Parts: sequence; C-alpha cells; structure tokens
Amino acid sequence: MKNIDSAGHVTGRSLYLDDIPEQQGTLYAVPYDAPTAHAHIKKLDVSKATASPGVVRILTYEDVPGENQIGGIIPDEPLFAGHEIHFWGMPVALIIATSEDIARQARKLITIELEELPVITDPREARAKNELIIPPRTFKLGDTKAAWSQCVHVFHGRVDNNGQEHLYIETQGAYAYPTEHDSLRISSSTQGPTAVQRTIARVLGIPMHRVEVDVTRLGGGFGGKEDQASAWAALVALAAFLLKKPVKLSMHRMDDMRMTGKRHPYSSDYRIGFDKDLRILAYEATFHQNAGAAADLSPAVMERTLFHATNAYHIPNVEVTAYCCRTHLPPNTAFRGFGGPQGMFVIESAIAHAADELGVSARELQRRNLMQEGSEFSYGQIADHVHAEACWNLTDQKFDLDKLQAEVDAFNAQHETHKKGMAIMPICFGISFTNTPMNHARALVHVYQDGSVGVSTGGVEMGQGLNAKMVQVAAAVFSIDPSHVKIESTNTTRVANTSPSAASATADLNGKALENGCNAILTRLKEKASRMLKSSPDAITIVDERVLNNGRPTDLDWTKLIHAAHWDRVNLSESGHYATPDIHFDKTKEKGHPFAYHVYGTAAVMVTVDCIRGTYEIDAVKLVHDFGKRMNDAVDIGQIEGGLVQGLGWMTLEEIVYNDKGKLLSNALSTYKVPDIHSVPKEITIEALPTDGHPLAIRRSKAVGEPPLMYGIGVYFAIQNAIKAFRPDARMVFDAPYTPEKVLMSLYA
Amino acid sequence: MTRFILNDVLIETPAHEGTVLLDVIRYHQHLPGTKVGCREGDCGACTVLVGEMEEGRLVYRSMTSCLLALANIRGKHVVTVEGLNMGHLSPVQQALVDENGTQCGFCTPGFVVSLSGCCLSREMVTPERAIRAVDGNICRCTGYKSIERAATSIAQQLATKNTGDPVTWSVEHGFLPAYFKTIPDRLKAIRKQPGLEHDGSVGTLLGGGTDLYVQKHDSMHHSAIRPLGRSNELKGIRIASEQCVIGGGCVANDLLASEELHARLPQLEEYLLLISSTPIRNMGTVAGNLVNASPIGDLTVLFLALDSTIRLAKAPDRPEHGRNLKLRDLYKGYKLLDKAPDEIVTTISFNLPDKQTRIHFEKVSKRTHLDIASVNSAIRLEISRDATGSDMIREAHVSAGGVAPVPKYLTNTSAFLVGRSVDLETVRAAYQVMAEEVTPISDARGTAEYKRLLLRQLFFAHFMHLFPERFTLKQLVA
Repeated sequence: MKNIDSAGHVTGRSLYLDDIPEQQGTLYAVPYDAPTAHAHIKKLDVSKATASPGVVRILTYEDVPGENQIGGIIPDEPLFAGHEIHFWGMPVALIIATSEDIARQARKLITIELEELPVITDPREARAKNELIIPPRTFKLGDTKAAWSQCVHVFHGRVDNNGQEHLYIETQGAYAYPTEHDSLRISSSTQGPTAVQRTIARVLGIPMHRVEVDVTRLGGGFGGKEDQASAWAALVALAAFLLKKPVKLSMHRMDDMRMTGKRHPYSSDYRIGFDKDLRILAYEATFHQNAGAAADLSPAVMERTLFHATNAYHIPNVEVTAYCCRTHLPPNTAFRGFGGPQGMFVIESAIAHAADELGVSARELQRRNLMQEGSEFSYGQIADHVHAEACWNLTDQKFDLDKLQAEVDAFNAQHETHKKGMAIMPICFGISFTNTPMNHARALVHVYQDGSVGVSTGGVEMGQGLNAKMVQVAAAVFSIDPSHVKIESTNTTRVANTSPSAASATADLNGKALENGCNAILTRLKEKASRMLKSSPDAITIVDERVLNNGRPTDLDWTKLIHAAHWDRVNLSESGHYATPDIHFDKTKEKGHPFAYHVYGTAAVMVTVDCIRGTYEIDAVKLVHDFGKRMNDAVDIGQIEGGLVQGLGWMTLEEIVYNDKGKLLSNALSTYKVPDIHSVPKEITIEALPTDGHPLAIRRSKAVGEPPLMYGIGVYFAIQNAIKAFRPDARMVFDAPYTPEKVLMSLYA
Repeated sequence: MTRFILNDVLIETPAHEGTVLLDVIRYHQHLPGTKVGCREGDCGACTVLVGEMEEGRLVYRSMTSCLLALANIRGKHVVTVEGLNMGHLSPVQQALVDENGTQCGFCTPGFVVSLSGCCLSREMVTPERAIRAVDGNICRCTGYKSIERAATSIAQQLATKNTGDPVTWSVEHGFLPAYFKTIPDRLKAIRKQPGLEHDGSVGTLLGGGTDLYVQKHDSMHHSAIRPLGRSNELKGIRIASEQCVIGGGCVANDLLASEELHARLPQLEEYLLLISSTPIRNMGTVAGNLVNASPIGDLTVLFLALDSTIRLAKAPDRPEHGRNLKLRDLYKGYKLLDKAPDEIVTTISFNLPDKQTRIHFEKVSKRTHLDIASVNSAIRLEISRDATGSDMIREAHVSAGGVAPVPKYLTNTSAFLVGRSVDLETVRAAYQVMAEEVTPISDARGTAEYKRLLLRQLFFAHFMHLFPERFTLKQLVA
C-alpha cells in the first residue's frame, strides 16, 4: 500500500499548518530573539515597535500568567529570556500584529541594552568549567582496566562530529484560537501533541483539559519537532489567550534555523584494544555532548549514545562515559538516530584507525567482531534474534565484497586524478524509547453504522507512512478493504497522554494499540454474529468482509453485521491501549533490558574522489536490511533511501558553522547544503534479510525510521579510503562532515 | 494594476509591483498548494511555471515564486499545482505516486510543477533532462531515488511528444488540463489591455530579482522599483563578425538554449549547468550577475576571462547614448562599481573563439549543484605555434572568484603567461604570480588556506583539461 496521502500531496491538496483556512481577525506573531549568545539584559525597549500602526501587542516574560518555563526533562529553559540570555536566537519578546509583514518591520524597531558575558561553544571547554546539565553517566561491562594488559594492540584517538540542521521543508509553526470556557484550540506542526498541550497548560497556568492540540500532518520533522515545536505553540497560545483572538506563527526559514536546536555535535575520545586474533577485547570512550544552553532532550540523546557505543560488535570489556555539556548554542535536540549515530561514528573511527595502523582492512576487523546470539550489551541486555552476521554474510553473498574491493583497486591502479574508496557499515539499533515509561500508546476506533471505520491514534504522520500502516492494521484485523478505513488527525481530545512520534516506535506502539482496539470490537462482533447464526464466537471468522461460520460462508457480510450490531446496542467504538512488555532499565545500575528488539543491517559504500578538486561522488550503496516480516514495502524502502541520504548528508555536505560568539553563520539554505538530486548515490540497492520478524514489532514488521540513517556513516570511511589510495601517508582524521574542503586539505595539506 | 492569468483565471491585482508572486498566490488568491520553504530560491517548494508569448509561441519556464516580483509576471500565464489538476491524476502526478516519490509531501507540489514543465518544453525529454528539471527542488524525505524513477518514467511517457506543439499534445494526452489551449489567445488579449506599460522610471533597478529578493526580502515590496524585464532591447544573443553580443536582460538559460552560441562554445553547457538551478537560471539575468558584483559570481568570472566588454546606458532603448567598458574595469572594490546608479548594462560582448583559442571554466562548491562556489576560475588562451613547432601563449586572460573582494581578473597572471610556452615551468611559475595577487578570506565558503589551495588546483585543472597530453597531476603538484 502506498502512502495514503500521495494523491493529496501530488495535487497540492494536503493541508499543512500554514494552509489551514484562517479565521477572520487572525493576528500574526513574530518572535524577537536575542542578538547575542550570553548576556544580562539591562534594558529592553519595545516602545517604538509597539507604536507602529498595526502592531497589536508585544509580549515578554512579564506577560506569562503561569510558568515562564518550557523545559521538558529539566526545568531549565525559559520560554522568554527574562534577565539573562543563554543563546543567540533565544526568544525575548513576541510581536503580534495585523500582518506578518508589519510584525517583521516592527521587530527592527526593538532595541536592547546588554551586558555581554563570556560565551562557550565548545563542549570540552564546558566540561572543564563543570558546565554539565546532568552528572556524567557511565555504562560498564567486564573490566577494561584489567583487559588492557591482555591486549596485543591498543589505539586511542579523538573523534569529532558536527551537528545537523533538520531542514524539514515546512518550518516550525502553530495557530491558536480561543474557544469557549476560556479554552484554546491549537493546530501545531509537532511530533508531540501532548508535549505541546502540557507546555501550554504550564505557561498559561491552566489545566490541560482547556488546551486542545490538533495535528493533521507535518512537512517533515526528523526529531526537530519532537520537543522544539512546543515553544512556538506556547507563544501563539499565550497571545491568543491574552488577546482573545486567533494568532498564527509560521516561522521564516532564517528565524527557524537561528532559533532552533539541531543534532548534537560531539567531541569524543576512544581507546580500543585487540587480542592477537584481532578480536576487540576492550573499548573505552568518553563523549562530550554539545547540549546547547538547556537540557531539552539532551540527557536522553546522550543515553542513546551510550546504548549504541559498540554498534553491532561484541566487546567483552566496555566502559563508556558521556558528559552532557552546557554551552551557549541553541538547545540541541532530537534528530533521527537520537545520539546513536554519534556513538557509532566513534567506534567505526576507532576501527578504521586500528585497521590503518595494523595494515589490515577495516572490513576484516568489523567482520571478526560482529555480535552473536547471546552477546551481552554494556547495558546488560542479552541480545536475541541477532542478525548482525546474517546481514553481513548476505551482503557478501549478494554483492561479493571481495570483487567490489578488487574493482576499486583496479580503478585506482589505472587512474591518477580520481580514486575510489569502499567501506562497510554494519548497524545495530535498539527499538523502544529508552525511557521505559514512554513505551505505551492508545488508539480510538469507531466503526460507524454503515461499516466505515474511523481511526485516531497518538501517532503523527510526517511522511514516514504511519497512516498507511495504521490503515493496514485496522483493515487486517477486521479483514475489510482498506478503503473503509480513514485515519483522523492526531488530537489530544481523542487520544490523550501520548508519547511523541519518535524513536522509530510510533508504528509499533500505536499500531499495537490499534490492533488491541480493533480486536476488542471484533470480539463483540463475533459474539453478535454467533447469536445471529446460533453458533459460538469461536466458530466465527470474518474474511474479506464475509462472515464465516466454522469456515463456511453465511449470508452475513461486514455491512450487515455492523448494521445489526448497532441496532442491538453493541459498542462499536473502542480505545485500544498497548504498553511494550518485558522492557525495563535501572538507571542506578545502568543495567536492564531497555529495548523491545534490535534492527540490523550491513551496507557497502563505494565513492570516487576527484583528487584534483577534493570533490567526490557516491557511486553506490548496496545494503542488506533487517526489515523483519515487512508489512509495507513501499513505505519501508522509502525510509531506507531517505534515511541513508540524510545520514550521508550529515557525513559529507551538511556543515553547521557557529562563530566563536555563538552566532550561526550557516543560517540559510544558501549556506547550509543538504543533498540535492545530483549528490545522492548513483545506485542504491536494497535487499531484505529474510526472517520471520519480531513478535514485538507491528505485524512482525520491524521499525524502520531511524536505523538506515546510520548506513550513511560508511560514506565517511569510503572517502577516507579513497584519500588513502591517492596519498598513503594521509593523516587519519575523524572529523565529520568530510566536506570537499577537508578532503582537499587531507589530499595535500 | 497588474494583470496576469493565474491557472485558468484572469487576475487583476492592485498589489505593489514589488510583492513576490508567492505571497499573491498563497495569501491573496488563497491557493495553498505552492509552499513557502526558504524564500530565497534554494528549495523549490514554491516553483511555478511562467508562460509568455515569444515570437508568436507560448514558452513556459519554471521559476521560484518567492523571488518573482509581480512586475515580472505582468501579462503572463502563471501555473501552480492547482492549475495542473484535472479529474484524474496527470501522468506526472501518477508517476510520483507510483514510484513513492512523495513522503511528507511538502516539497511535492514543487516537483510536480517542475516535472510538468517537461510536458511544455519544445525539446525531447530524456531521463537526464527530466532530472535536470528538478535540480532546483530539495526533498528532505525521500533520498530522491524514487523521484529519479518517476522522472525516468515521465520521460518515457513523453517520448512521443510533439515538440512543435507541446501544449496541444499534452492536453490531448491527458498531461495538462484543456484550458491550456486557450492561453495564447487570452495572453494576446491582455497584452492589448491598457495599464500594461510601466509608467515610472525611478526606483531600484530590478532584473530577475534572484539576488535582490534574497538581500532585501523585507523591503522590496515597499520600495519603488524599475523593472527591466519587459525591455525587449535587453534581450537576445547576436553573433556577427566573430563577436558575440548578449543582451543584459538575457538569463543564464538563454545562453544554454542558444544553438548558435552552443556551436561556437560547446563547453558552455557544462559550465552553465554548474550555475544555480533550472528555475534560477530561468530568472537571473546576465547583467544582474555582473552588477551584483559578488566576488564569486559564476557568469562574471566566466565573462572576465572571455575578455568581455559591457555597454552601459541610461535607457535600454537608447544604447547609442551609452559607453563601453571592459568588464574587468567595472569593479573598483567590494561591491563598488564604475557605474552610475541609473546606468544599465545593455549588452555584454566578447570575441568568439577560433581554432587557436582555449577556454575553460572550473568551479568547486560544497555541493556541486545549486551552490555558491568556494572558488571558481576561468581561462582564455590564444595559442600560436612558433617556428620550432612548440606552442606559445599569444594572449591570456585568467579570472577567479572567491579569492578577492571583487570577481578578480588576474592581471599579473594573465600578463605573465603571454609570450611563454605551454609547459610545466610556465604553469608553476604562473601560479606563483597568481598567489601574489589574490587575497582570500575565511568565511562560510571555506578558510583562506583552503581557497588558496583550491585556486592552485583549479588553475592546474585548466591546463590539465586544455592540454591533457602535456600535464599530469603528479608533476604539477610535486
């Protein structure tokens, strides 16, 4: 089944936040944000701006009736800067005017007097100054201290990775309108409707039941709208609440890029030790996470870095420590992979470094150390249903890695100015929110008396194909044609207390809740049918909209049964609930079983570097992915291709630049480059690992949103191998992204 | 009042001529299919097709409506995604659905519009051409492979297109709604309406707007503007007596489309495709690139090395009251020009290459397409063979961008090359001269150190490309 919104998308009829027909009298909000990264505010003067014709009001922290606080995990993030500015782009005031243009012009009239304070942009500097958002955390397995003496080869080094701008093509936005009983309805471009609702209730000092949040779809999220949609929704809610008027904010791209956080940059150190058979005996890493000015989701992101620090490798002795470092950048946040990619980049760098020093291929080191069934992760979970080696072997079998390498070598022997490089990227990614209490969901199912079905879940459609999968689930349980099922908007009054659409788990959690809801209705329908057919409920099945009794056709079909059930006062609605079983994690011991299951895969990446100019092309990515028992090929292939390209963008072109004052220089699409149609791999070949899937995955079809992003990491090492082919003594640098600038410097400087 | 046809509807709007079309479409006409993505022409979510009558034929081009002034669509046909919708999905829309070329869908209308432009073009559409049509469209979800597959499928379905009358063919084959056939007559009719001509002559000079609307986004729809786009005098590419004369109002894609120019400078196509994207090449003018004086302007760097001359005049229709200036003499300092504010670049001219001429252009940017160069460079050499049979450089013009406050004509390097033979010693010594006359700075496009190294590499690349048998990379960088 295709993405069910496809026809709406290609005709331009799908509605996004800024497309919602406006109510009469709608006002427009534009934030005024801090023009420096760290300062005391001595004086804020909005008088000239307030006096501009068309400006209705300018709000500051003094206008907040509840708490001036939006921090989710830790209450350390004011909605408006009060007396102190913590990052460049921090909201200081909100201009509300009769048009967006008037508000933008008025913004230029606001003046601010500041007492500048020292700015930290580097996480290592923050750690040295003890600017930590939470205490450091360490995951330990075995005893690395004892293991080093048994290692024959030990290598250590430093790895840096830059952040990544989400660049959802639809910017952040929200539209709030007052409703009766001093309540509000908010349309928000958010992955977390409940987070928006909770934040607004807190800021306004009202109970959550007076705040209704509705989400139709997002024009991309990628984690950037998990926590960070809340501020913009809270701002317009505040304005609508105080002014009793509809208020809308649809962020200008440069405002969005300047004011919102991104994927976390990390600066890390590693030490890796091997025995004589090149098995990894010990691994230590220290991660300095650049969290930005407030916690946001950083502690959770940092935790996932630790969970994925050993990627798909079995290592008996592990000690990994992470520091959540407070700097004066915009608070960094969730981004597809959620800290996992940063952890994996470090161990892959360590392996590449070791391979270079040992004169063996990284591929050989990777292969020898892949996880096995029963391997223990550093966090205590015993790996089951392990497919690390199976994916690797199938990759080799399908694509012949020796032959691919031989082709690369032959090309390099024949060409002076262009060199090819190849690298392999295995992945292992855990599925579940690592915060166990978040792993539950609800779905509301209505079967209408004509047999059509309406479904609401807590999941948000943002292009990942969630709604297509939800249609499939409902249609499969009821055994009806998918055309009978409609997916409603995500709304906090229909499905409450939702976890955000994140962690790749949305389809699993909401799909299982939906399955439960549909099954409860189905049970009642079978009882009704058995009464009508004078049979027992166990003997009734519904197949392709026909009601069968003991497997034999009857006169009853879906429509007739629904009609009869309705008149017999059978409840045709249900709220299904699902909580992932068997998962737990004890943070005091840093041990447990946090993941429902893991997703595996292996990618082979080939690139060509132009050694005159330092530019490169990605020739091919050939991969084997563990989809489980795939329920939707179209959606899942799209997730692999899109995730891969986003990951390789992070590793190659996408370069966030802040100056030492904390000002974002890569502040527009002209200075921040994401992959375009010409920069993606010429070939992407995707093979599915044949398995039975996992029982905790929706219809045994595994989560697919985040894992493929990490295949992109292989591109970094393929480029590095090509550089080595041109210049064997090139220094191994682990500092992503590998921009053409860094490539040229590696080739010659 | 501005009149134009928006899809199937004649619009007459009193909006300020500097208002961008995107806002008119979305917020005045309430057609929300055209999306706001970046407002600087870099994402393509707001792409529309603009049709106008040229020499009796209706010609459509894709453009980003966020940079398109209302002044520049007077009397034209604007097509948004809504204007492509029919009772059924068009084959373009269907291909994107079939190949799963849409995920979140926000960029999708832009892709649909760009690809639908292929139906309206007067050339055969190969898969490469169809992919080129979306080189200005950014998608953050799909990874593009599905869109590539859709583009390939669309190209195949357009294989039998009648390039002589693409509109009729496309309507008859269900690619476009029937109203498209009525557009030529309706455009002719509104041409005759009063109020079409611009009345004022003061204000900010506006060409394609691709830079003005990025730099002055918040003020253009308040300021007085003087649009130049309607001056036919500024259009056209003429080739006569070994000279090429390009109207200042020509856009980059006019150069790309000129068969005459292609015949004399076949390598131009490769260079032009490295410049911005299809919609921006359809909008940005050659003169705009020159007077914008960006130190990194691609066309500027190319025309500098072609040893071009520009003509400056105050009125486009009276170029005889103007003056000629070597392009390299236009630049006096950062964004400082030897040009009065009301002077217009009416033409750019240069001598066409002959058998002894060697021309090459190099550009490196972070992303190869739709990106601003870190460093670019162009070279033109006139070679003569001396009595001993070895090649001497008779004349040399070398330029580079991104290495100085202005688009740099490398005077000393050019002079150094003259009279020397084409060999390793010359090239390496010339680079030493070049290193002395550039002053790159560190910025978002790279560090000064990188730009210096890159300039050397591109200079060597010129010679490796022009004289492949004579130079190897190893010798040059040794």
